Amino acid sequence: MRIGIVCPYSWDVPGGVQFHIRDLAEHLIRLGHEVSVLAPADDDTPLPPFVVSAGRAVPVPYNGSVARLNFGFLSAARVRRWLHDGDFDVIHIHEPTSPSLGLLTCWAAQGPIVATFHTSNPRSRAMIAAYPILQPALEKISARIAVSEYARRTLVEHLGGDAVVIPNGVDVDFFASAEPRPEWQGGTIGFIGRIDEPRKGLPVVMRALPRILAERPDTRLLVAGRGDEEEAVATLPPEMRGNVEFLGMVSDEEKARLLRSVDLYVAPNTGGESFGIILVEALSAGAPVLASDLDAFTQVLDQGAAGELFANEDADALADAALRLLADPARRAELSERGSRHVRRFDWSTVGADILAVYETVAAGAASVAADERTSLRARFGLARD
Amino acid sequence: MTTLIWIAAALVVIGVYLSWTAGRLDRLHSRIDAARAALDAQLLRRASVAQELATAGILDPAASMVMYQAAHAARQAEEEHREVAESELSQALRAVFAEAPQVEAVRQAPGGEESLAELTQAVRRVPMARRFHNDAVRAARALRRHRKVRWFRLAGHAPFPMAFEMDDEPPAVLADRAGH
Repeated sequence: MRIGIVCPYSWDVPGGVQFHIRDLAEHLIRLGHEVSVLAPADDDTPLPPFVVSAGRAVPVPYNGSVARLNFGFLSAARVRRWLHDGDFDVIHIHEPTSPSLGLLTCWAAQGPIVATFHTSNPRSRAMIAAYPILQPALEKISARIAVSEYARRTLVEHLGGDAVVIPNGVDVDFFASAEPRPEWQGGTIGFIGRIDEPRKGLPVVMRALPRILAERPDTRLLVAGRGDEEEAVATLPPEMRGNVEFLGMVSDEEKARLLRSVDLYVAPNTGGESFGIILVEALSAGAPVLASDLDAFTQVLDQGAAGELFANEDADALADAALRLLADPARRAELSERGSRHVRRFDWSTVGADILAVYETVAAGAASVAADERTSLRARFGLARD
Repeated sequence: MTTLIWIAAALVVIGVYLSWTAGRLDRLHSRIDAARAALDAQLLRRASVAQELATAGILDPAASMVMYQAAHAARQAEEEHREVAESELSQALRAVFAEAPQVEAVRQAPGGEESLAELTQAVRRVPMARRFHNDAVRAARALRRHRKVRWFRLAGHAPFPMAFEMDDEPPAVLADRAGH
């Protein structure tokens, strides 16, 4: 099968969607499919052979933060050339509602189009205003995938229609077979995520830490992720700051080893998560997981059967649960064992087969993907100039 | 004179807009056709595998008869009874594969592993194809209900699209993704 995948976010910046697309592309290539990924990237960034650059993404303020997006004549022309050169059986667009490459491709292509909705943001004003323009592009999508039941619900509420739920994939064995590092073992709690992003929840851990240390003074908190380290520990009493170790940005290998080593992995995220890939990675590594009870996390953890949940943003509840788990090795072993079994459904072998099933379902009985000629008809009337 | 030019320009713009909307509708209709073809293919595949399993002599005679009957009815159903017949096949599959030991028995039989893989794939893909089909139907219906489409009869003689409603819940043992 010739498959075209569109990544809306810059390939230069690491992020969940980019990693998902990279792993999906590599998985499909291993199965013998032809895959081409169209992604925004700087011209001098080294790209894997299957990635085609759609030009540099421009930082623009959008939806309350600065997003790096692709739009304009140049990007639209590159999208058309990619569609034309690729002659794909199916194209897979990620995040089609963000005003970037995904939307441009939707607009410019016709044929079997699959779209994955990753985020479950509440409907933005821009989306409401653009709805009449968005709708004709979105109704070209033959199959919609949501990454979780929660993401599907928001999608159905905002755009109508329906979607199949296929979770994000993880290479379970990569995490399960990583070698633990002795210096990260023994009374350790792990946290992975941006330090300076409050939604990732590090402040909640910092509020819970004094109580945990009061009862178990030897506990260490290992933090992997970028951000200002001094600011992060500013709320902690000075004598406790030594119990927090910052590892900075870690590679995939180091991340896997960290997850294999810790006694407890905490995911105190306070919101904005539609899936929670990090939980799946922690479960793959066999780490006992303690997570906030966000909808998405609750679902990944099988309603609390594969990992423990605490009330979101409640530092006391986090401290209680962490102390209970740290004192109870039998319960931790049980969680680890259950988690390892539960996480198999997120392995690429399962997830990839499901995504391929979607491709085959939409590609059967349909012509291959082509540039939408109607746009050039409008161009003749001078209504569109791309 | 200028008024006439303005009117002519307005008419051209409206004409282009309507033609573009008709194109949109046309594309939606062909999307429904493709989705329906895919759904038909998946349903047929499911019924065929079920019939194959029922006649292979792997299952006990009672289960074989129930499954053969349901698969046969689903394949032969007239268009208006199709939804019911396919739902009954789903129910029959759920009844036959209610327990894990039944699945194990099929797996042990020669060629059972492949048949089971095909059946698992089929019961997984039917709900998928149905969702995609009904999603296309919903999009087409939303556009067809719009004033501009009704007043200018942009849909032509195309029949009003109907969703395909059926019970497509797969047997729990086959749907459990963790076991693979």
